[in-house]
Amino acid sequence: MKFTPQDFKSDQEVKWCPGCGDHAVLASIQRALPEISEELGYSRERYVFVSGIGCSSRFPYYMKTYGFHGIHGRAAAIATGMKVANPTLSIWEMTGDGDSLAIGGNHLIHAIRRNIDINIVLFNNKIYGLTKGQYSPTSKWGSITRTSPYGTVEHPFNPGALAMGARGTFFARTLDMELKLTSDIMVEAARHDGTALVEVLQNCVIFNDKTHAVITDRAFRADRTIVLRHGEPMVYGKDNNKGLVLDGLKLKSVTIGEDGVTLDDILVHNAEEENHGVHMMLCEMQWPELPVALGVIRRVKDRTYDDMVRDQLTEVANKSQIRCMNDMLRSGDTWVVE
Amino acid sequence: MPHKVIDVQDVVIRFSGDSGDGMQLTGSLFADTAAFFGNDITTFPDFPAEIRAPQGTLSGVSGYQVHIGSSAVYTPGDYCDVLVAMNPAALKSNVKWLKPNATIIVDIDTFDEKGLQKAGFKTDNAFEELNIKHHNLVTPPITTLTKESANMLGLDAKQGLRCKNMFALGICYYMYNMSMEHTEHFIKTKFFKTPALVDMNLRVLKDGYNYAGNVEAIADTYIVKPAKQTPGVYRNINGNTAIAWGLMAASEKSGRPLFCGSYPITPATGILEELAIHKYLGVKTLQCEDEIAGICTAIGASYAGSLAVTTTSGPGLSLKSEALGLAVITELPLVVVNVQRGGPSTGIPTKTEQADLNQALYGRNGECPVAIIAPNSPSHCFEAAFYAAKYALEHMMPVIVLSEGFLGNGSEPWRIPDMNDFPTINPPLVDALDEDEPYFYPFRRDPETLARRWALPGTPNLEHRVGGLEKNHQGAVSSDPLVHEQMVREREEKIQRLAHKIPPLEVVGEQEGDILMVSWGGTYGHMLSAESQLREQGTKVGLAHFDYINPLPLNTEDVLKRFKKIIVFELNSGHFANYLRAKFPQFQYLQYNKIQGQPFIVTEIVEAINNIAK
Repeated sequence: MKFTPQDFKSDQEVKWCPGCGDHAVLASIQRALPEISEELGYSRERYVFVSGIGCSSRFPYYMKTYGFHGIHGRAAAIATGMKVANPTLSIWEMTGDGDSLAIGGNHLIHAIRRNIDINIVLFNNKIYGLTKGQYSPTSKWGSITRTSPYGTVEHPFNPGALAMGARGTFFARTLDMELKLTSDIMVEAARHDGTALVEVLQNCVIFNDKTHAVITDRAFRADRTIVLRHGEPMVYGKDNNKGLVLDGLKLKSVTIGEDGVTLDDILVHNAEEENHGVHMMLCEMQWPELPVALGVIRRVKDRTYDDMVRDQLTEVANKSQIRCMNDMLRSGDTWVVE
Repeated sequence: MPHKVIDVQDVVIRFSGDSGDGMQLTGSLFADTAAFFGNDITTFPDFPAEIRAPQGTLSGVSGYQVHIGSSAVYTPGDYCDVLVAMNPAALKSNVKWLKPNATIIVDIDTFDEKGLQKAGFKTDNAFEELNIKHHNLVTPPITTLTKESANMLGLDAKQGLRCKNMFALGICYYMYNMSMEHTEHFIKTKFFKTPALVDMNLRVLKDGYNYAGNVEAIADTYIVKPAKQTPGVYRNINGNTAIAWGLMAASEKSGRPLFCGSYPITPATGILEELAIHKYLGVKTLQCEDEIAGICTAIGASYAGSLAVTTTSGPGLSLKSEALGLAVITELPLVVVNVQRGGPSTGIPTKTEQADLNQALYGRNGECPVAIIAPNSPSHCFEAAFYAAKYALEHMMPVIVLSEGFLGNGSEPWRIPDMNDFPTINPPLVDALDEDEPYFYPFRRDPETLARRWALPGTPNLEHRVGGLEKNHQGAVSSDPLVHEQMVREREEKIQRLAHKIPPLEVVGEQEGDILMVSWGGTYGHMLSAESQLREQGTKVGLAHFDYINPLPLNTEDVLKRFKKIIVFELNSGHFANYLRAKFPQFQYLQYNKIQGQPFIVTEIVEAINNIAK
């Protein structure tokens, strides 16, 4: 059966603020699902959207799929239980920077560590929106918010670096307004066996408007971001003449044609390299030193938790003679009273 | 001189020593042997929180009490006939549990200056200091003799001394004319990779047995004849294992795969460990990153169609509170096992208590009732877990099993049931829309039970959303005041309707009259023994013991009103008494409470009743 985006829209009224980046993410995912369904042979009842608490966590209500709106921070744990219970489900966790990096940080890193086959979409607007504007674990140092009137004195998390540290097998980054890129990344995430973490730089129009504007504004987006594609040179810029090279142990931006630099000098992106050294550096690139990396930064194969659970169950079942409770209860040390 | 063999009805033996002395193993081997022989048994492990507390000190004393009988025994016994004390500290901390004519077996080698000092003795005569005069003192030099045996077998002394406990066990087997076959078999199986350890353990066990045969202090020996038991196949079982197996049985009877998301915590860890063994039957266990993930993975698994379980102890239940509320509002089946320990906070983690009842009843935000079942003995944990799962699955709600450390670690013989005698479990699974449904209404209810239907992800056309926000019957998010009130009342009513399914409250002893003893959970054995002692001495009382806490049995009020005085016994400051006060305020409730991290002793219950009866 062929689906259209319309098939994934629920009858619930979408209640995000006008201008919120979440609308674009919703549209991108509803666009991606027909493609995913066709490619992977999934029917609609196979999808479950799971969320925690926060603006982005209202997502499941707007999808005409199975959905679970959990409690703050715990979506990764709920999704993990679902996947272990029924590995045939396609599970999508919708979460935010507060939900997944503050209260739910523990569950996020352990889901990634286990490499359970779920897709995690992390809406990063660097602010608490639903509670009306407090700083989050990704707010940049010095952010003025309701709970930091004199500026934050905390170092922010970088979700990509966190994923690398937890031995993540898939990390991608996109912008809310880049519908096509977001949609393509969702397809890639669905294809990936293992935990796929997708960070969406998303705009909160009310409490942190234009927080990403310094890189996302149309006027200079091409010069301040780089879209990485596996197997292609790391070039960017509105004239496509800038690129990334290794300078000692660091990444450096160069201009092709200047100082004798040619296209051959530019690093070629290898998302499938097991060693995450370069991936880590790509995750951590920040404007103005370097362009912010978008696209699939890391995509490596490894055994998934759900597969290993299934295999272990099969293996021990094959070795055991015991098939039912009556047999189990009577095995081992027992005695008979006549 | 040929010794006499004297028949005794029952005997209580307490093994005590350093927490590294292997007393738990020694005690359980003795208990297994007695059970195999056909005695009824009840055991009570009583150990410190430290794995290896400072050697020889009072805080490091670990104990294991076994009560064996030629008729039914319901408790591990108040006072002991035999105390095995592997060092002065063990003797000192257990002397209060001695019967007047008890036999005391000590490793006299440990009663040296250093040992006495560590245990806080002021003189060089521990026995005099403790006023031990009329007891039968057996004082083998266990350390010396064990070292000698190690020498002869070519083992180093340190390795050899780990077998000291077998010496004491050998003495006990001689004293009670018990076969060592079961223990010998255990040793051979356990150490089969290291033949030297097999030899050493077997030898020390026999050394102990032979020593007892030669020493004057043990002039006569005893025999506890097999108890009259219902024919069948038996095994020893502790409460934690019984819970694991009860859940597995429910999984088989419901056809729902078992999932346990959990985090290790004393004294509940045994359940997760036991479940992990049985993966070959399809059991999925996930040792989570924390207690919250334990319950949240279980909730996710429940949504996806598993019989989902999370196991914990008091502090873990606190951490799970918010998620338990999520299970209540999403109306998903879930079994939460709380093996209670002494609190608050970390409290006394290896000791037993019933002080989580208020938490189980009320410890969540909002109007958040949960069904509660409390097992009454180690083997009853099987049934309690089975029915908790059955009611959770059939009524679509979380159920708390309120066990206790005393039950989880304690063991007793269990007649293995036939699974064909257990009812099937029929969760309200659904695979198609009702005729009048344009889409799936997740909170449409069964008119009789009020249970909602369970539509599993993967089922075509039943896509729906659940979650922590209040919803109407159709599943739409709603903050309509009347919808909220209705849903709150329906979730409560759903639990109360369960009362029609559970067995009525039974009264042991007098069915009406002056005094009704009320109790719940793991105190049952002590209460039962007290009732029987009171009857023997001519004091007539009734005993109403509750396995079902929420809902209460339908005939509860009818039972309470038949007595002039009601006295509630519990191992807390009065949680159940207050619960009954709220439910049935027309009655007066007296209380007997103990908050010492220890089970009741039968004597104190009898005394409490005698004081009231005066």
